[in-house]
Amino acid sequence: MEMTALFLSRIQFAFTITFHIIFPSFTIGLAAWLTVLEAMYLATGRAAYRVIFEFWLRIFGIAFGLGVVSGIVMGFQLGTNWSVLSRMSGPIQGPLLMYETFTAFMLEATFFGVLIFGRSRVPPWFYLFSTAMVGLGTTFSAFWIMVNNSWMQVPTGYVLENGVFAPNDWTKILFNSVVWSRFPHMLFASYLTGAFCVAATGAWYLLRKEYHAEARIMLRMGLGLAAVLMPIQLLFGHLTGEYVNTYQPSKMAAIEGRWNDEKPASEVLFAWPDVANRRNLFEIKLPPPFGSLIDADSLTAGETGLNSIPPENWPPVLIPFLSFRIMVGCGLVMLGLAWFGTYMSYRHRLAYNRPMLWLTFFSFPLPFIAIITGWFTAEVGRQPWVVFGVLRTADAVTPFLTTREATISLVIFCAVYAFIFLFGTFYIYRLIRNGPARRLLETPHLAVPNRPMSLADEETIQEPSYGIAGE
Amino acid sequence: MVMFWVSLLAVSILLYVLLDGVDLGVGLLFGLANGEARRGAMLSAVAPIWDGNETWLVVTAVILWGAFPLVYATLLSAFYLPVIVMLLGLILRGVAFEFRYKTQRLRWIWDFSFAGGSLIATFIQGMTVGGLVEGLQFTNGEYSGGEVGWLTPFAVLCGIGLCLGYALLGACWLVRKCEAEVRDVARRQIPVLAVGVLAFLVLVFAYALAEHLPILHRWIDRPYLFAFPAVGAVAATVLAISILNHNDYWPFHMVGLIFVSAFGTLALSFWPYMIPFQITVDQAAAPQSSLMFMFWGGVVVFPLMLLYTVVSYRVFRGKVRASAGYGH
Ligand code: HDD
Ligand code: HEM
Ligand code: HEM
Repeated sequence: MEMTALFLSRIQFAFTITFHIIFPSFTIGLAAWLTVLEAMYLATGRAAYRVIFEFWLRIFGIAFGLGVVSGIVMGFQLGTNWSVLSRMSGPIQGPLLMYETFTAFMLEATFFGVLIFGRSRVPPWFYLFSTAMVGLGTTFSAFWIMVNNSWMQVPTGYVLENGVFAPNDWTKILFNSVVWSRFPHMLFASYLTGAFCVAATGAWYLLRKEYHAEARIMLRMGLGLAAVLMPIQLLFGHLTGEYVNTYQPSKMAAIEGRWNDEKPASEVLFAWPDVANRRNLFEIKLPPPFGSLIDADSLTAGETGLNSIPPENWPPVLIPFLSFRIMVGCGLVMLGLAWFGTYMSYRHRLAYNRPMLWLTFFSFPLPFIAIITGWFTAEVGRQPWVVFGVLRTADAVTPFLTTREATISLVIFCAVYAFIFLFGTFYIYRLIRNGPARRLLETPHLAVPNRPMSLADEETIQEPSYGIAGE
Repeated sequence: MVMFWVSLLAVSILLYVLLDGVDLGVGLLFGLANGEARRGAMLSAVAPIWDGNETWLVVTAVILWGAFPLVYATLLSAFYLPVIVMLLGLILRGVAFEFRYKTQRLRWIWDFSFAGGSLIATFIQGMTVGGLVEGLQFTNGEYSGGEVGWLTPFAVLCGIGLCLGYALLGACWLVRKCEAEVRDVARRQIPVLAVGVLAFLVLVFAYALAEHLPILHRWIDRPYLFAFPAVGAVAATVLAISILNHNDYWPFHMVGLIFVSAFGTLALSFWPYMIPFQITVDQAAAPQSSLMFMFWGGVVVFPLMLLYTVVSYRVFRGKVRASAGYGH
């Protein structure tokens, strides 16, 4: 592939957004979890909840910080590298991102400050309120950004006038079935990320025979939530697939590795698409009508193959094909783990079953992998369009951007992101390894029932030297 | 409707400059300070609020994108490299707040990135404004100035000027929020920085005269514009008096007023252009259907954002205690 400004801009966008999405998917889930913990602590006064809260809050702080700084880059990069896109679609994407900023970012940013620094300065109810506001903010953010991206996938409610996409029906843009299957799919993906990270941490402590009370809460709540959410997530995944089938036949054909029109269609489970010769190698497939059943809920529906689409409108086939299978694979493994683990913990056997604990411990990358490969399916499958069917990616790039500028920016992004990512993940790792504050644990539970705050004296909890015990 | 969005845009830019200007200014002064006690106190003076302040930059960007897409697309792509480098500066200073308390041995890295990131971001913001004032090169409505078309001595001068200005804001904030040594040092810095800012303004004016910048004609056409510099001059006088009287309260407000008057001067001398002498407000405005849809965000949610800002300043009001456990 030639190193044009266009190609480098695509790499740069993919790199920076992939980096960005790692953190929101983690923080959206964590924010909801922190709200639950703080509410349970206020309701029951049990110190364990407070200990777990303080512990995850610190991890949340780092991940949120990385999410914010990498997100700001996204907000500007559409203008720097994709000036034609941002000029043409600004009347639609701009207002959507404006609502995201107004309803979500400012809410998060303000109450995040209260969350991290304000415990001693505000009454307990306001602290809980702040936690909930941060959680609400992250949810709004996910909503608006999914509306935004869904419009790029399936543009509706606009007319093309004077070379710009002028909106003429906002209800179509906001309330279409595409948004309402993809938004839940993304939101639950984030909750699952939180759930698996929490469960994996609990499993790790049990394996190390430490923090028993806290570890069991984390394990039980994490796996339990995942057990409930996983089937719902798979259902919304299926609904998401239906929109692709309806509106983006080229993406669907790539995902399914389908070369010829079929009616009813078969379903390729595994293969290696050989694009040059328009065929699949090492194919394992289910006979018709499984393809029609999975893609269109029908026994007889016809499905389009790539051969009946002009090759200049093909996406790169291999990436959506493989990344879709990785996402679904991760989902099935997570489903198995969550159900089996919850069943065992219901029977009180999970905490003693080391193989199962090890599996849970190693499961935390799965949701991240599923999210990133899911986005790769959606975005690479949309190519060569940036706004599906109406604006090509090649026409959307800043026309006067030079290869040299694009190279410089890509190189510095890679360098700075690698640097902060390494330190960020290392600091998170060290916080998790060191575990919740010991001093709090040694205080007998409910020592002063009518003054639960006295258990967690501010100075003990916020002791600065605590975070650097590993140095 | 267009006027409504121009006003909200102006308010957001101004709030960003005033609020994050403080954070960036503290970052600049942080680079000069030594000793953990001093550095810790300086950081604590802005740590709980910087994130919200920086969000005003995002607010500015999205209003620009939604209401004036042409300007958003043109500005960001014309200033390609400076924008990217500014973002990296903001990234470095942003992560430093969290990261510096996670390590002792490597704390210097994050202290360096806090001060350095603030410096880079400030300098580039000033330079961008300078480049705009001097005028970008356009052919057929499209930017044609090349990779470094914005790089002029005047733009560099403006970059330095903004560093002095933000540092002055930062010093005034430290005087208000801190005690003991930090406050005393900041109080000594204020006169030096104030003189620097003044010298900068004189230089800019001289340069504009010498180079016959097109913006000057606006001044000759619109003498009422001199109201803004007049307000600035009054503010500067009050600033001088309050410094001499060792007052902790007034300097911050007066410097804020100087910034407001400088901003007003600039904005009115650009009017009705958004990118001087190339793109006007009306040319850049999005279709009515976009502006109408955004309207509810502007009248309902925008005031809420102001409210959040007030709430966070209220929660974290008063002097910071150096020992207040900020090292979470
Ligand atoms: C605002 C809309 C938006 C959103 C929410 C996302 N993307 Fe995207 N994506 C774009 C808007 C976009 C884009 C601006 O439209 C790009 C740039 C070039 C292109 O073709 O589409 C793109 C390209 C793009 C590519 C490169 C495709 C190619 O050029 O072959 C990848 C791998 C991703 N994105 C991945 C992601 C990930 C991991 C996301 C998760 C957050 C994501 N995108 C969200
Ligand atoms: C093109 C795509 C995107 C753009 C332009 C973008 C823009 C931004 C910006 C500017 C911020 C910083 C806001 C602040 O100052 O607090 C941010 C943070 C955030 N973004 Fe994105 N974003 C994109 C993709 C996504 C996606 C796909 C999601 C999730 C569904 C998401 C969720 C969030 C959340 C939750 C935050 C808050 C910070 C955090 O939790 O880490 N963003 N984004
Ligand atoms: C049987 C399971 C699943 C199915 C059938 C499924 C289906 C899909 C499909 C068809 C897409 C592409 C949508 C598009 O092109 O716009 C997609 C995207 C995505 N998937 Fe899945 N998915 C499944 C499991 C999962 C799991 C377990 C996760 C994460 C925990 C996940 C996270 C995502 C994300 C983040 C995206 C990109 C956002 C979007 O396009 O909506 N998926 N999924």
